Amino acid sequence: MSGGFEADPWDALRRFTPARIALGRAGAAQPTRDLLGFAMAHAQARDAVRIGLDAERVAAEIEGLGLEVVRIASAAPDRTTYLARPDLGRQLSAASDAAFAARDEEGRISREGRFDLAIMVADGLSSPAIERNAAPLLAALRPWIAAAGWHLAPIALATQARVALGDAVASRLGTEAVLVLIGERPGLSAPDSLGAYLTFGPKPDATTDADRNCLSNIRPEGLSYERAAFQIAWLLDQALRRRVTGIRLKDESDRLIVEGRLPEPALLPSG
Amino acid sequence: MTFRHSIGATTHVFRDLKDLMAKATPPRSGDRLAGIAASTLAESVAARMALADLPLQRLLDEPLIPYETDEVTRLILDRHDGAAFASIRSMTVGAFREHLLSPACDAARLAALAPAITPEIAAAVSKLMRNQDLIAVARKCSVVTKFRNTIGLPGTLAVRLQPNHPTDDARGILAATIDGLLYGAGDAVIGINPASDSPAILGDLVRMLDEVIVRHDIPTQSCILTHVTTSIGLIEAGAPVDLVFQSIAGTEAANASFGVTLSLLREAEAAAQSLGRGTVGRNVMYFETGQGSCLSAGAHHGVDQQTLEARAYAVAREFSPLLVNTVVGFIGPEYLYDGKQITRAGLEDHVCGKLMGVPLGCDVCYTNHAEADSDDMDNLLTLLGVAGVNFVMGVPGADDVMLGYQSTSFHDALYLRQTLGLRHAPEFEAWLTRMGLLDEARRLRTAGRDHPLLAAPALAA
Repeated sequence: MSGGFEADPWDALRRFTPARIALGRAGAAQPTRDLLGFAMAHAQARDAVRIGLDAERVAAEIEGLGLEVVRIASAAPDRTTYLARPDLGRQLSAASDAAFAARDEEGRISREGRFDLAIMVADGLSSPAIERNAAPLLAALRPWIAAAGWHLAPIALATQARVALGDAVASRLGTEAVLVLIGERPGLSAPDSLGAYLTFGPKPDATTDADRNCLSNIRPEGLSYERAAFQIAWLLDQALRRRVTGIRLKDESDRLIVEGRLPEPALLPSG
Repeated sequence: MTFRHSIGATTHVFRDLKDLMAKATPPRSGDRLAGIAASTLAESVAARMALADLPLQRLLDEPLIPYETDEVTRLILDRHDGAAFASIRSMTVGAFREHLLSPACDAARLAALAPAITPEIAAAVSKLMRNQDLIAVARKCSVVTKFRNTIGLPGTLAVRLQPNHPTDDARGILAATIDGLLYGAGDAVIGINPASDSPAILGDLVRMLDEVIVRHDIPTQSCILTHVTTSIGLIEAGAPVDLVFQSIAGTEAANASFGVTLSLLREAEAAAQSLGRGTVGRNVMYFETGQGSCLSAGAHHGVDQQTLEARAYAVAREFSPLLVNTVVGFIGPEYLYDGKQITRAGLEDHVCGKLMGVPLGCDVCYTNHAEADSDDMDNLLTLLGVAGVNFVMGVPGADDVMLGYQSTSFHDALYLRQTLGLRHAPEFEAWLTRMGLLDEARRLRTAGRDHPLLAAPALAA
């Protein structure tokens, strides 16, 4: 008996697209190799969504950069609720809200306040995206923040969080700008992409995606940490000076990139 | 007006018709998210019992969204065929379910009834149906549409070839198109979801697809899935546009969030008709829909997502589309949580569309944050094949590398044809035979290296 696999003699077309073409077949079905390859990609993506963030480890890594970390959670108590109720993922849990209030009463927000920037690091839909990429991205971003002299609030490390939870964090910390680094919905090609959302003047329940600037696919195989840090710093500099983000702030940072070389942190126009 | 239904010592009270319809809906996360779902399973069944006793006439008399404030409600009521309705006027929703399932209610009767069936009537009766009823009734309906081929004939299945590329690379899209054609896909449409909305790029893509169709004399049509205003612009600029695409929803406000009104859709259809590019028919519109879109746009008026989805089919029906595609699992788990909810929604959407005389196909699909996998898709695909769905998607390896979700593959369509004996659109089947891609038993034959479809100049080594 010969095997059931029948190849497609047009596999040369594969060089034109990442799509799964010229797979060949076994009867009507996909060959075993592709069946299992697809199953593995889906399993990795599903695991990225379902497995909880190792927040201890991520907090330790961020603190290792010399940054203070505040652990918070959204009002979604578990992963199942988080997936079904995006509204809860946009609100602070009662405990986190109380923690911010206590901090405020101790004077640690009002007295030390007037931060220029809040950063929320959030699990979103992919915990591996955060475990792998958050600390290295912050490390790349730190020199830009230092060079610009921006006063950075403690890093909020959030679980069961949606992007808009950052709006609530910014309002508790009294900052006008908030940067959210969050795990993106995993695709079959990459389960660990990190997204960055910058918002100026966020208002909980009123701010929409059109009010934010977004960088996507931040990971070593996609948008590099160094390049992402530069683009974030450029957008932040513009946002703080022009007091706007979203569709009215177009990312023109590439004008400062000469022959593929990123500028030095001191070289932002207002830096 | 309030509805009550008593079971033993418990009386379930429903505030109004909208509340009754929402609570009668089988469980789904979107209605919970909207805060309108039944709070217990018993309450949901009690709502179904009360709904079963409701005369159909009441669904006409009490619009769920006011006539004065919503142009979709006005469209539904202004177009309602009172003469066709006369034969079911005296029925309750429960009796109507039984009528639909009776042998007397055949394809001809169902076609005659379609103009009498409003979205609310279709949604209400489907809420009383089990999955087997949704399949059995849909299977009796026949909605046939034509442009360069004939789609929806009993015993046939068409496939939308979806050759998307993350950066709209023309050669990448052409490679996936040829792969799909060699797998016998593409009779519903060759339809690209572009990453760009640049008219120059989209014009190049529509010309490229037209060249493929003309060079190989393929009895099919192309479509660029961009906003209607962009398509109108392409038509005015002389591009060879076959079908005009638009996402639509079931309320005026949700359509506004998509940037469309009924009058803009009329303008778009007229623009497509002006080109006269169809050969066997004049159905020129391609619509996509999906449960949850109104809630997502904050435009749901407290109405359940399934009824709102059926209202989108009333919008579609107005423009005699070639294809209407419910993209059932794309929106995510906050609207349809898992494989069970996606399956139920796909079957509901299909039967509601067919009852209303709309050519329903289905993008059987899921995202990676939904509680669903390929097995769930196999199940829904098979059920829809049995139910007589007009068309499904064909995406290389089921993995859409542009939109980042999983749909059905060219292989999946082959499986469905082979298992259920479903044939292509007849004109397309004849073409596949001429091209040597089907054998005498109408099984797919693998093309050789010298096949004409592989001789595209743009893809030369």
